[in-house]
This record gives sequence, structure tokens and C-alpha cells, in this order.
Amino acid sequence: MQVTVNGETCETQAVFVAELVREHVATQARVAVVLNDAVLPAAACAATRLAEGDRIELLTFAGGG
Amino acid sequence: MQHDDPLLLGGRAFASRLLIGTGKFADANVMIRAVQAAGAQLVTVALRRFDRDRPHDNMVEPLLALKNVTLMPNTSGARTAAEAVRAAHIARDLCGSLFIKVEIHPNPHHLLPDAIETYEAARILARDGFVVMPYIPADPVLARRLEEAGCASVMPLGSAIGSGQGLATSELLRLIIRDARIPVIVDAGLRSPAQAAAAMEMGCAAVLVNTAIAIAGDPPAMAGAFAQAVQAGRTAFHAGIMAAGSEASATSPLTAFLHPQGGPVPANQSNRRLPNIEPQNHEINLA
Repeated sequence: MQVTVNGETCETQAVFVAELVREHVATQARVAVVLNDAVLPAAACAATRLAEGDRIELLTFAGGG
Repeated sequence: MQHDDPLLLGGRAFASRLLIGTGKFADANVMIRAVQAAGAQLVTVALRRFDRDRPHDNMVEPLLALKNVTLMPNTSGARTAAEAVRAAHIARDLCGSLFIKVEIHPNPHHLLPDAIETYEAARILARDGFVVMPYIPADPVLARRLEEAGCASVMPLGSAIGSGQGLATSELLRLIIRDARIPVIVDAGLRSPAQAAAAMEMGCAAVLVNTAIAIAGDPPAMAGAFAQAVQAGRTAFHAGIMAAGSEASATSPLTAFLHPQGGPVPANQSNRRLPNIEPQNHEINLA
């Protein structure tokens, strides 16, 4: 199905959000997930199904003042 | 003095009164060495989209590996209270810290805080149990309102972010400090350790420095210099700083043993610009 990850449209075979996250984040980096403008707790990613057209933001920390 | 004088925030005691921002550093390694050199215990980080092309550009893990460092994520990038509140919750989920620097500046040209959105976000986050540290304009009325809303501190700007213009708001900062019952932390605009010391001498509880350290030729050395200046300023504040006067006040006795007849001041001293008068000496000469 087609979803939008960090503003870019992409095709995915993932069924659950956690699978999509693993497709995009290969490292052990801490990543927060925002699904359609709502924060999705890490514990909920494995059980949350993706739907066509979902918008997912994967966020992490960067330098900032 | 420093050991008995901790910075109290959110029920925690911090020995360091120099907070460090992590933007603009050449790389994470230099940033970590600067944080260590400063002995900083509160360090800000920002949220951004995960970049799969730079997966190892990770600021947080090396910071969390440092003992005594507490992360204070900021809400930079938020333009409304709702966005800032959401960013705060995301940041808390990511790092587990309740400290949040509320930062809402909609205009990239001056980066001045939106007082209305900042107040609203701070009020909500304080209610939600965060340790709220809002970046604000140097407005004593707003500072008081934020204190009443439950903020742990207020962080008024010295001057615009990254401008290096120092304590342009110093008279307003004095008013904020005079009335505040929570720590006042000057954030933004400090260019040099001297300016940090001046802020601390005024009675600021702490300062937050980023650009001046990050873009220095030797960031760890500059971080150390800022830490020394902050300590010096704090110690001076407690020690009691003398009032400035308009006239000289001699530090050496001006007894007239070199000219016992009470004659005129030698020519080679007559061009002194400051009046060199001590009352006692004056009376002797008159006698």
C-alpha cells in the first residue's frame, strides 16, 4: 500500500507500524512515531495496523539550542 | 560556595549553572567534549525528522552516556501552542526527561518568541507534569504570569538567538529577577564569558549558551571559559558587589609625610584626572 513517511510518498509491504519503522530505521536509534498527527507510543507500534494513505512522521533528536 | 548553592529545578539540584545548547557544533564528538569541559548538567536538544541517510548522526546516546547530564529537549520548530505541546510529549517519550524548553518563534528573521502561544503551551505542559522552561521575551509581566502558571523557571532572552549582542535587555532582566521566585535563566545572545559573568552578577540563576561555544575556534576551551565566568559571576553576586560612585575613593593613606609643610601638590601629580581627596587629609591641610 501507499503511505507517506516524513513527507515522502512510498510503497510498503508492512502491515503494522512497527514493520514500517524497521524498514526505514535500520539502526537502534531512538525514533518517535507520529501517525496521522497523533503520537503513537512505542509499545503500540507493533499492534497498530497501517492503512492506505497513512501519514507517518519518524522523529529523532538533533542538535539544538 | 558553588557546592552549597545548587540550581534547583523540578525538584532536582544542579551544581552547574551553565546550560548548553547542542546546535551548530561541527560534530557530536566536539559537542560532547564541550559539555564535559563545561561540566554542564542540563543540555538542550531538538526534535527533527529521522534522516535515513544519516542514521549514525545521533546526538542523544552519547549525551545520555555522560553521567550527570539531564536532557532538556526544546520545542523548536513549533509555531503554535498545540504543536509545542505535541513536541514536548514526543520528546518525553523519546528520552524520558520531563524537562522541556518551550520555544515558539514563528519568524525566522528574528526568532523572537511568540509570547501568547508560549504562555498557552507552558500552562498546559505545567499542568501535565512537565518541568517547563519557557524561552520568552524579557517581559516582567509575562514572566510573572508564567511563574503563576507553574513554570519551573523563565528563560528571557539577552538578545536575539545567535546574534551575540549580549545583554541588550539588561534593565528588563533586572525587573524580572527582582520579582521572580523561580530561577531566571538568561537564554540567547551571549557572545562572551564576560557577558555570562555580567548576567550572573545581576542575579540570574543560570545562563544557557549555544552559538558562542559551538562556533568558537576551540569549543571545549570556550565552554570551560564560560563555566569559569558563570561561577565567578555567581560568587560575586553572593559576595555583594560595591555600588559605583562618581568620585574616587583612595585605597592608600594620603597622609602628607612627603610634603609636611602642606605645600602644593607636586607638578608631576597635578595632571591627575581624578580628584584625589580624602577628608582626613583635607582637614590637616586646612589646619
